[in-house]
Formats: sequence, C-alpha cells, structure tokens
Amino acid sequence: MRTIDETINRKDSNESPCDPSGETALFFAGLDIGSTATKAAIIHGVSKEVVAVAERATGWAPKEAAREALEDALSKLDVPGALISRTVATGYGRKMAAADKQVTEISCHALGAKHLVPEAMTVLDIGGQDSKMIALDEQGNVRDFLMNDKCAAGTGRFISNMATALGIDLDEFGVFAAKGTPVPISSMCAVFAESEVIGLTASGASREDLAAGIVVSIAKRLTSLAGRISFTPTIAFTGGTARNAELAKCFSEAIGVELNTPVLAPFAGAIGAALIASR
Amino acid sequence: MSYTSIDKLTTRAEKNPLEVAQAKEKGTKVFGFYCLYSPVEIALAAGGIVVGLCGTRNDPIPAAERTLPRNLCPLIKSSFGFAVEDSCPYFKSADLIVADSTCDGKKKMFEQMAEIKPLHLMYLPHNQELDVTGPFWEGEVVRFKERVEQECGINITDEMLKEAIKLTNREAAALKGLMDLNQQNPAPISGMKMMEIVFKSGFFASKQESVECLEAIVDEVGKAPQEETKQGPRVIISGVPMGLGSHKVCQLIEEAGGVVVAFENCTGYKKTMQVDTEKAPITALAEKYLATPCSIMSPNPGRIDLLNTMIADFKADAIVDLTWQACHTYNVEAENIRKYVQDDKKMPYLHIETDYSDADTEQLRVRIEAFLEMIG
Repeated sequence: MRTIDETINRKDSNESPCDPSGETALFFAGLDIGSTATKAAIIHGVSKEVVAVAERATGWAPKEAAREALEDALSKLDVPGALISRTVATGYGRKMAAADKQVTEISCHALGAKHLVPEAMTVLDIGGQDSKMIALDEQGNVRDFLMNDKCAAGTGRFISNMATALGIDLDEFGVFAAKGTPVPISSMCAVFAESEVIGLTASGASREDLAAGIVVSIAKRLTSLAGRISFTPTIAFTGGTARNAELAKCFSEAIGVELNTPVLAPFAGAIGAALIASR
Repeated sequence: MSYTSIDKLTTRAEKNPLEVAQAKEKGTKVFGFYCLYSPVEIALAAGGIVVGLCGTRNDPIPAAERTLPRNLCPLIKSSFGFAVEDSCPYFKSADLIVADSTCDGKKKMFEQMAEIKPLHLMYLPHNQELDVTGPFWEGEVVRFKERVEQECGINITDEMLKEAIKLTNREAAALKGLMDLNQQNPAPISGMKMMEIVFKSGFFASKQESVECLEAIVDEVGKAPQEETKQGPRVIISGVPMGLGSHKVCQLIEEAGGVVVAFENCTGYKKTMQVDTEKAPITALAEKYLATPCSIMSPNPGRIDLLNTMIADFKADAIVDLTWQACHTYNVEAENIRKYVQDDKKMPYLHIETDYSDADTEQLRVRIEAFLEMIG
C-alpha cells in the first residue's frame, strides 16, 4: 500500500503545478473540522489533484486547529507564490472556520469519496461522533443518506472508548481484533458496553476476543443502520477508522462486503470540501 | 413582508385566555378539544365556546413524566403535563374535555386525565370503509351530542347544527384559502408564520371572530403584489401535528434555506375538509370526521391521496415526514410514505423522528442541511 505522501503525487514536485497558460497555478482548500480530528486538503485548481493534506487534533480550539492544519498543508505544498483562491469548510465545526462557504459533511464526504474511488456507489463513513451511509448517483451526487441519531453506538468514539476500556491503543485495536475470536457483546450503549467489556475481562475473556467482538457488534449496528440503503458496491470506506488497515479489514469481513479503503480516506471530507471550493 | 391582517390576528390572539375566562364567568360552557376527529360543531351548536387545548410545548413534560412513561410521545406527555400543572388557560377554563380514542398512548392517558377534569371520550373506529364502522361512529357522535345537551341543559336541533356547520365550513374554507396562498411561487407566507397563524386561530372565544381574521388575511395577502425573490426548495411537511413549541423541524428547514410551503398534517391541510350540507347534519358530521386521514386508521389510503394532491398543487420539491418519538402509527406508516414519495413520485424524502426537546437540534440541522444540499 502506498503512503499518503506517495499517493498525493510528490514525484512531480520539481515541476511547478502550473495551469496551461504558465501562470502560477491556483489552489483550492477544504477543511473538515470533525469532533476528533481536523483535516485540511489542498487540490490543484486545474487538475483537481490532491496536492497536500494535513491533520490536527480538534481539541478544545477547533478554529485554531483549522488554521494550523491549513498552514501545515500549505507548507507541504512547497510552491512559491501558491494561492488558495477559495476555502470551503465542513464537519461539525464548519461554522467556526474562516472559510468562503460551509457545506455539510454528507455532501463533502460523498464528493471526496467519489474522487478517491471513482467507481464508488456507496460511502460508509465512520467518524468521531457520526456514522453515515451515503448512496451516490453516477456523478457522485448524494442520492440518499442515513446517519446514526442521538447515540454514539457504532461511531469512532465508541471504538476509542472500548480501546481505552481494554487498555490498548486505538491504533492497535485492529491488530488485536484480527487475532481474536469474537466474544458476543450485547450492549451498544457507549457506557453500558464499557461496563460489559470490563466485566468480561474480569471473567477471563482475552483482549483479542473482546476487540473482535466489539468489531462484530459495531458491524451489526452499521448493517441495521444501513437498512434501506443497501450496500451497493463499490463501497468507499472513509473516516478516521478507515486509516487503520487491520480494523478496516475486520469491518469488511464482519459486514460481509468488500470495502474499498483509499489511503486518503480520512481526508475524504476535506477533499470534497476543496472540490466544492473549486467549482 | 408584513401584513396588517396577520399582525391583527396574532396580537388579537393574546386576549383569548382572558376572553374565554370572562365568557365562562357569564355562564357560557367551555369545551376543550385535542384532536381533529372531535366534532366541534356540536358544542358550537349548543352555544358553547370551542377551544384547542395546549400540548405542543416541552416545558410541562417533566411534570407528566412523574406519572407517564418517559418513552411516550411528547404530544401526549405535553398535553397531560399542562393538565396536571394546570398551566394551560384553556384547560383551566374548560367545563368538559373532549377526547378521542385515537392511539393507545392517548387513550390510556385520557383515563388518568379523567381524574382531573370531566372528560368525554369518543370511541373512534380505526377503519373508514367497513359497513359497521360508519354507523358505530355516527352512534358516538350522537352520544357526544347527548353529553353536550346534558352539560348545557338544552336540546340541540338540526337547525342549530346546520348553523354551526355553516360557520365551521366557512372556517375550513378560510383556512384552505390561507394555506393555498402558498401555492404561489414564491410562497408569500413562510412556514413558521403559517404555522403561527393557524395555531393561534384555534384559541379564540368567538369562532366568528377568528374566521373573520383569517378571511381578512386571505384577502390582504391574496391581493398584495409578491416580491420576485429567489427561494429555496419547496418542502411539504407531512406526519404528526405541530404547533408553537414543537416547531423545531419547520424552523430548521427554513433556517437551512428551504421553504415550508404546506403542512400535510392535522394542524395543517387536514383542517380544510368541508361538511356536506346536503345530508342530515349528524350523518354529514360523522362522515366528515371519520374521513380524516390519520395514521391511526388502518389502512389509511387517504393520506397518500392528500399528499398526491398537495405535491401537485404546491409544486413541492421534497417531503419531510415528521414523527414524534414513540408515535408508532406514524413511525410505521413512514415506510409507506417513503415508498410512495421515493419510488412513485421520484422525490427526495427525509424521515425525522424527534421530540420537543432541543437535545438533537444540531444533529437534525446537519441532516436537514444535507437533505437540502442533496436537492440542490
């Protein structure tokens, strides 16, 4: 698998990404200010290629995180005189950012995912506090969508809480889950599931089996969330959870559908926002 | 744009609680109604005051939850909360509460409410077509008439009923005229304002006066030249009743740039049905009320018919289907509506299940904004 830097095409970094007229190219930026992470993406004005991405923890100051992520992305761009002509913000903190326009994460994730996985007809996004399934049309427009409502079940936050309960790092969670035989977890409430997991640990269940069980229970939840939006292939898997290759593989197996996980998956929302900025 | 006639109705409505109380002191009987199935004409014919009862605000819900289950529909809890707290001026003034056995939650709540106030429950059949249900319901209308006669100490004649029907038909026509103003593009009255007008018109001590106010609005707005401003997607809200205090979804749609052009619910377009004046009054009343296309009817084809007409008449771009939490009939029926809207009409459809609280406002805002972005 290629790294992010390889993916965003550093190979031609010696060539100035100019438009055909030879003038300094214009760039467009997207900011995805999520509940956990803030992502910035910069795309080339003409080719629409993703030329830089950066990420910050949202923390308690989303506006600062957004500014820093964008500056970071710009510094990676390394094009003298590069101009960001327009910025679009998305995510739960979109109204706090200094941007030209605000668009919901549903529309941005849809466009970003279609850009990364052109054959995608469905987007599954597991974000910090929302899980979404988005049905796309051929052009990448949103045809229909579903979101978890009023509950952390099946979200990135849920996985992160469970990792903490198991005393493992979020990045290791997938590795543990891949090794285990799923133990049934009955509660999907972020609070009660934690007590259940701690109880099961006390009765001798291994962390690998519990991690596997948690993945299966989230997958079940996602499958029922999907409801009327069927998992029409190809499915692009986006959001912070998709970064974790082992975890993405576990989800794919538990849902029983192959998921296409692009390297830039966590940046899908920011890329979509940048694409909207370029219109 | 502001209209004198709209300002007049909304300002005038502030005096309603006082006027109802004053009329009651002079001996006029006050009848409090909850539901669109109850024939108000019978109480009007007896010279009674007919008022809607409060049930659209969140604040009395904690009081209701001391008695009722927490996971019950907010409309039922709110109605009951106003009753136990005695904080609804119309409930306070009412001599008789008129209730209908619509859904299970309401029906069982009314048993508890009957301990607070005299209450007359009308047993509503849940089918509009069977040979037995029409006569049964007509029997219930007669039983209600007898109760009103007993309360007021008079006999209600057919002539009295015909007079009352004339007035309510005039009211229904005025409401239809008002709501139909928004068939224009751009719509002259926002969804929030429309809801406020219709809501406030339901609490007047004198129906004659509220009807005149409504007619004045239809006249003024109908004649006013409309500004050619560009508006967002035209949305019809379908589903459960809404009012001031439970207007969250309507407000969110309009804040996100949509235009709520009409309400296909019993606080909206379902109020515009006419009573047949050619038939015997009791029969005509029973027929009109039983025809109300509420989800408690099984089956409920009338809702699809009404929606079909409204989508065409209001040139709607999308349907938002609203269900109060734990309202099983509307929640289950949402699937029929979704199929009809998405598959048959090829229109965007969003189902929202919520309550009166603000707890999910921001989450709903994202969903509604995304829905409107999807329409473009």
